[in-house]
Amino acid sequence: MTASIGRGLVLLALLCASGGVVAAFAAFRRRSADLTTVAVRAAYGFSGSMFLANLWMVAGLLRNDFSISYVAQVGSIGLPTWVKIVSLWSSLEGSILFWGGVMAIYIAFATRSLNESHGPARPVAIGVFLICATFFSFLIAGPAQPFGTVVDVPADGPGPNPLLQNHVLMAIHPPFLYGGYVGMTIPFGLAIAALMTGRLSPTLLGTLRTALLAPWIFLTCAVVLGGWWAYEVLGWGGYWAWDPVENASLLPWLTATAALHSAILTERRGVLKGWTMSLVIASFLLTILGTFMTRSGIFNSVHSFTQSAIGPTILAFLGVATLASVLVLGFHVDLLKADGELDRGASRDTAFLAQNLLFVLFTFTVLIGTVFPLVVEAVRSVQMSVGRPYFDRMTVPIGALLLFVMGVGPALPWGAASIDELRKRLLPPIGLGLIALAVAFASGVRTPWTLITLFFAGYAAQVTLVEALRPARTRMKFRADGFFKSFSQDIFGPGLRRLAAYVAHAGAVMAFIAIAVSSTRTQSVERTLKQGETMTLGRYALTLEGIERSQESNRSAVIARLGVKKNGESVEPLRPRMNQYRTQREAVGTPDVRTGLVEDLYVSLMNIDAETGEIGVLVLINPLVSWLWIAAVVMALGGALAFFSSVRVGRTVEVPRELQAEPVR
Amino acid sequence: MSSNDGRKRVALALGACAFAGSLLYFVVGGIGKNLVYYWGPTEVLAAGPKAVGASIRLGGLVEKGSIVKGTGSNLRFTVTDGQKSFPVRCTSVPPQMFREGIGVVVEGTVANDGIFESHRLMVSHGNEYRAPNDPAAINLKKLMTSTEGLDAPNKQ
Repeated sequence: MTASIGRGLVLLALLCASGGVVAAFAAFRRRSADLTTVAVRAAYGFSGSMFLANLWMVAGLLRNDFSISYVAQVGSIGLPTWVKIVSLWSSLEGSILFWGGVMAIYIAFATRSLNESHGPARPVAIGVFLICATFFSFLIAGPAQPFGTVVDVPADGPGPNPLLQNHVLMAIHPPFLYGGYVGMTIPFGLAIAALMTGRLSPTLLGTLRTALLAPWIFLTCAVVLGGWWAYEVLGWGGYWAWDPVENASLLPWLTATAALHSAILTERRGVLKGWTMSLVIASFLLTILGTFMTRSGIFNSVHSFTQSAIGPTILAFLGVATLASVLVLGFHVDLLKADGELDRGASRDTAFLAQNLLFVLFTFTVLIGTVFPLVVEAVRSVQMSVGRPYFDRMTVPIGALLLFVMGVGPALPWGAASIDELRKRLLPPIGLGLIALAVAFASGVRTPWTLITLFFAGYAAQVTLVEALRPARTRMKFRADGFFKSFSQDIFGPGLRRLAAYVAHAGAVMAFIAIAVSSTRTQSVERTLKQGETMTLGRYALTLEGIERSQESNRSAVIARLGVKKNGESVEPLRPRMNQYRTQREAVGTPDVRTGLVEDLYVSLMNIDAETGEIGVLVLINPLVSWLWIAAVVMALGGALAFFSSVRVGRTVEVPRELQAEPVR
Repeated sequence: MSSNDGRKRVALALGACAFAGSLLYFVVGGIGKNLVYYWGPTEVLAAGPKAVGASIRLGGLVEKGSIVKGTGSNLRFTVTDGQKSFPVRCTSVPPQMFREGIGVVVEGTVANDGIFESHRLMVSHGNEYRAPNDPAAINLKKLMTSTEGLDAPNKQ
């Protein structure tokens, strides 16, 4: 009974979405306001019923209603409440339902923010949103049906995947990822609308920018949270392994970041409209590719779910969406004429172009490395993967160049500049670059790429700081106001958008430094330890003090207690553990990490010999890793500030005064 | 369209082709050198001398009675797929689950002395993967996909 209510809600969502598609495109054809209203109502109808279907499933999980097939599959009476709620996305069918729920929220907000001022683009955009909504409603109603009726209702269920219960990050990570993935539907719809109507009005571009920023913020968090989860849970001591599923989250982030930058040129110069639209469309298609890779089980990865009919269905959607996008682009891109031109030479325009080219290069490199084994397997049925050295060798130089452009670009003025001006802007930041280089060299860094990256990072850091404060300093000079008064005008005024960009850049610089140092300066050792035995690594001495056992409601654990001495002084002991879940055969290890701003001490329990009490451990010292998590927060903050400034400006796009008030030569 | 425009377009198209071509060259070249093959003992034996030095993930079952623990973390055993088997020398600390008859994936390469030299040993976590009595039923793909930690990088 309860399952059929869920099925009914999903079918209602499918009905609203598919009906809305017809109404929306008819409204576009006939320029009919009445039909547009129908499409808008259908969009709200879809959002409402899909959202309710999600709530219904959560209610089923909380009430242990094992007559719903999905609850019988992942639920269990003894689970803590938070685990019950996050079970919604712990397994394949539920995660697709959750996808629909996130889509419902996005479509409701996007439909609300699209108004008459968007003209004929409004029904087209809503139509495209609802095409995607129709597909996912179909997927939920058909191949992924989570609301199956269970005839022999079991007394208890197996509970979700132990890795999910093993760490809270596994519960937070998917909502962020879906917030990023699903959100790309909205800018995609707007881009297709611009192409179909043949006009990218400033209003539409403004809405597009806002709509792109929201999923970008989520995706930024998701990429790093994924790494953090791997670091805290998997126990091999790193956060990124160029795993296909990790790459799947990175790819749309790369193109979306490129699109956010090229949209600035489109806005200021009226150029690269088709290019910006292509990047937005590519971001959407890459999210669908990512969904296919994670939801079809074709990759061997801890993140991916098992094989099912859902994979081929998503692949078919990817094929149709790609074909349709290419056709729309091919037939309509000429309609989006440029109404300006770019500056040549050493100007900021050129830096933007270089940035875009590098991001696309990065995307292709990762994409080819990820998809290549799939193609080989499909064609020659040989199993293989592309090794990590390929990704490292290819992406490190591109990343370093990107960092260089991030330093030089903002230092360059808009428009052509005199040699004197260039010298005044480009030379001083070398100072901080050299300081960074000196500090790195003094602390023993000798890897060439790390040194180059740190030099560029220092340069970019100085440029970012100077540019972030430039409007405030200019005001201080002319109005003799205090620093805080001048700076607060940037936060509460139209200058926020400019400031937001530099906050995001500051986060990116931190991320570059953290990645460059942590990936080349790790120390590690693998050992077996007897009771009371001591091992040393760097400044640390670890002693196996004892082995403890603990019983919890859903698991039992064996915990090794390691006394830690840093430079001879005792600090907090570390407790890496092996968790044995009631419903699973195999034990799952959890490393223990002593996090610090300078370095992390990371201990992972490999095995415990039950007879002798000997343990096998992996111990690592990972420098600056925590700065990567901080960097993600700073970047997301930059994105959020840009989002708010974009919303505040409203639906009319004006170039903020502070942007125009670049000091005149 | 003026002839100047046309010439610009041709130049642009040529530039784009050159860019795409060189990109493809570097990327494909880079991939070719860094492929990791997912092989069973039969495939490794079939590859013969080509397997020496290549990056390989060797999957199969730990043969009964083949485990020899050396000093420290040195470990020797034989990986089998039911028909053929291949000797392995491993330097990493084996995970908790490691025992006779269990599905494993070892990463490394074939050394000059014909022994598979591995620095990583992973154990299959698949709950449905159980075939010690029927080695012929080993599905290499299933073994690979049910082995945890495969996405971790090489620890050289």
